[in-house]
Amino acid sequence: MERDDVAVAGMEILRPLRNSFRDGRTLLWILPAAFVAVFFYIPLAAILRMGADAALRAGLGAFSAHSILNVVGFTFFQAILSTLLTVAVGLPGAYVFARYKFPFKRLLRALWIVPFILPTVVVAAGFESLLGPNGWVNLALRGAGLAAQPFPFLHSLGAILLAHVFYNTSIVLRLVGSAWERLDPNLPDAARMLGANPWRAFRRVTLPLLMPSLLAAAALVFLFDFTSFGVILILGGPAFSTLEVEIYIQALQAFNLPAASLLSLLQIGTTLILVVISSRLSERAEAATLRVGFRTARKPRSAAERFSVAVVLSVLAALFFLPLISPIASSLVRTEPARGERTAVQAGFTLAYYQELFVNRKQSAFFATPIETARNSLLVATATMLIALALGIPASILLSRPRRLDRLVEPFLLLPLGTSAVTLGLGMLLVFSRPPLALIRSPLLLPIAHSLVALPFVVRGLKPALAGIPARLRQAAATLGASPLRVWREVDFPIAARAVLSAAAFAFAISLGEFGATTIIVRPEFPTMPVAIYSFLSQPGGLNYGQAMAMATLLMLLCVAAVTVIERTRES
Amino acid sequence: MHSYAFFRGFVRARRAGVKTVARATGLLVLLLFIVGCLTLNPQTKRTPLNTQTNRTLAVMTHDSFAVSESVLNAFEQSTGIQVDVLKSGDAGVALNKAILTKQAPLADVLYGVDNTFLTRALQENIYEPYNSPALASIPSEYRLDPQNRALPVDYGYVCINYDIAWFSARSLAVPQTLEDLVHPEYKGLLAVENPMTSSPGFAFLLSTVTHFGPNGFVDYWKSLKANQVAIADGWETAYYTDFSGASGKGPQPLVVSYSTSPAYEMIYADPPRSDPPTASLDGPDTCFRQIEFVGILAGTPNRALAEKFVDFMLDSSFQEDIPLQMGMFPVKTQAKVPEAFVQYAPIPSRPAILAPEEITAHREEWLNLWKETMLP
Repeated sequence: MERDDVAVAGMEILRPLRNSFRDGRTLLWILPAAFVAVFFYIPLAAILRMGADAALRAGLGAFSAHSILNVVGFTFFQAILSTLLTVAVGLPGAYVFARYKFPFKRLLRALWIVPFILPTVVVAAGFESLLGPNGWVNLALRGAGLAAQPFPFLHSLGAILLAHVFYNTSIVLRLVGSAWERLDPNLPDAARMLGANPWRAFRRVTLPLLMPSLLAAAALVFLFDFTSFGVILILGGPAFSTLEVEIYIQALQAFNLPAASLLSLLQIGTTLILVVISSRLSERAEAATLRVGFRTARKPRSAAERFSVAVVLSVLAALFFLPLISPIASSLVRTEPARGERTAVQAGFTLAYYQELFVNRKQSAFFATPIETARNSLLVATATMLIALALGIPASILLSRPRRLDRLVEPFLLLPLGTSAVTLGLGMLLVFSRPPLALIRSPLLLPIAHSLVALPFVVRGLKPALAGIPARLRQAAATLGASPLRVWREVDFPIAARAVLSAAAFAFAISLGEFGATTIIVRPEFPTMPVAIYSFLSQPGGLNYGQAMAMATLLMLLCVAAVTVIERTRES
Repeated sequence: MHSYAFFRGFVRARRAGVKTVARATGLLVLLLFIVGCLTLNPQTKRTPLNTQTNRTLAVMTHDSFAVSESVLNAFEQSTGIQVDVLKSGDAGVALNKAILTKQAPLADVLYGVDNTFLTRALQENIYEPYNSPALASIPSEYRLDPQNRALPVDYGYVCINYDIAWFSARSLAVPQTLEDLVHPEYKGLLAVENPMTSSPGFAFLLSTVTHFGPNGFVDYWKSLKANQVAIADGWETAYYTDFSGASGKGPQPLVVSYSTSPAYEMIYADPPRSDPPTASLDGPDTCFRQIEFVGILAGTPNRALAEKFVDFMLDSSFQEDIPLQMGMFPVKTQAKVPEAFVQYAPIPSRPAILAPEEITAHREEWLNLWKETMLP
């Protein structure tokens, strides 16, 4: 009797598992689950072990508890400051986009996504060419006789903040702007009618209504500022160090792996909390937003209105376009001598920096032609795209119609999203640089790392598209005798094709620009474009500078192409 | 499997996706075409690492490695070995990558570890010993590793250069010692590099550690700061932008640079000069000696090729190429050095020399102290 009870209870527990075996769900799970387990959780465990060891026994060497506090403090400080500034710049922009009509509005709106997907090294190169010692602003200042020495804009807190504002203003514009469009304009008008001045109407009526989306945007901006790596490494210079940068410095420069692991643990813990907060706030914002749009956008009427709209748009345009145009200009104009060149500079238009990309100079940064890095990047991005789809499609199919077991698995699949790229790279380096899994020399390690970064984005993009397919269609096909595979092929795939394409382009773009993990695990003979750009940027002389700008321009064009695919598929 | 599904979907889909999928396929084809074109470039053909018939040698170095193409080509042609120079960041990053991957080495040879990193490299056992016959013509003062795991290739001195004309025009005495530099008459005259980002900057920090001791150097830097020392991120900025004696004609007549810099100023002077525009201070510990090493990475499958390359680096053709390419002196006694180096880059009489073990043990501590003092 009793034994039977146990058996029945056991069967009950195992039933979901057995069912999922029967209809092939487990089969679909195997690939993504095994992949994430091997390439994410084993490295994570290695970091956990070493970090715990550092905290409990081994100690941190020269890296003191005091330095940890400094680093954590500065990470929060710059993230808070960046977020406040981003909101301050983005809020007027969101208002103008929600309430006014002006020329090129559609085009500008489409361009919002560009900074979001632009690789950090490209953005850093952009600001370098704008504000660096030989940047356009300094050249202008010297040309006008206003400064004898280049003004040190770079390697300052200001440079970090500016780059973060550039990066994340589009998030505020997108999230708050769309909430503002759906906000009933009669409500603030009613407040005005009842005697409130415009500021009071904004503060007491509009702002509370916008608050959910504003908080969601701010949380997302904060998350990105908190985990920012390339911007702080390149534009901040040696005096500034956040958690993410310090992990890299401790691991590869100071060679203090215990300290790096401990910092990684701090970083993972904090970002996880931030991810949870941010997604809660996003859900709340979604729930609070009305589904109806109010078509209240109109042309600015009075001179004062026209003036304010023009000012806001000019600030936004300068913020968006200057860092994008300036590296292109720098890649075509010679402004300083090459390294070792001791003659005066022949300033002017030149294609030399692009031609140099095809020359293999034994003295230059690489043993091969720099343009080969473009081939490497394209190969890695293509492989990443294929891997991310091969894992993301089965996972999305399961998660779009989740059972109890699937819901349990989902957070584990999406955890890489909450892990910083540098931590991911460090963990992979720790585990895969020695037997039994000495994959460090394998050309596949890079696309594997990039796939882990891209996978959560792929799943997030595909899941809603697949979930939105009416179950009736699928049932009808099944009733008519189609196998599950055939149902997917004939029903799901044609409908979800756009989403698949968009996810593919996303994975491709993420891989093209990935820098944090890449810089740690890249094989020296197989550098990608971001690694090459960083290397060129950190070496002196006009030739290296010009080549960095030429490569940044190429990478920017590739990313814009990927973004165009994403936007096209999303639009139509 | 997936591409199959992809194309089946392309053929059968009668719904919205068709055009988009067609466009994407076009894009993918274009992409593969570009990749194909780039791959077909004859220069990019190379044999993969680690195969049986391999004649390729991977040499990991820091970013400032340089060699005349003719010298390297001659080696490649006479031996049939193709040399891949893998520049892997500054000397510290290159070494740390080699340590982290020592069980699955990324290269066969590592060049560029200097005496400040030597102990870390030896402690981590990344090198195999190699008793090269070429060692016989290298003085023992450079051979810091008795087991010959790390073999010296070149050495040089980081010194303080001064602008001769600047001081004579003002009838100001040239400073003689490190102590002089904090005197008020030299206020705002010295440009140094950040030791956290620059290897000459770190060498100068070690000069001050040697001279004032591990407990005294912080106070010296405080006085330097009070005397308005200019800090640049890298050597090029300090030398070409801040220093008045170089082409940039900057504001500071004193700069932390190399003992060979005055020789370079003579060799590349345009128009040619009869006397050097700059010289190095030669006081107690004003110069710091750097020695750079090469070693065969443990576990390389290409040991024989690696030995040939190490011998080549210690051979006259490479050794005599070093001064003009990397601004260092060859360790080989018989190697000829350009005349300008003999004349204008004299060997310092009282250089700072610090034991490698000492440097490895305290590197991070000293850098942190420096950072806290100078970049609060």
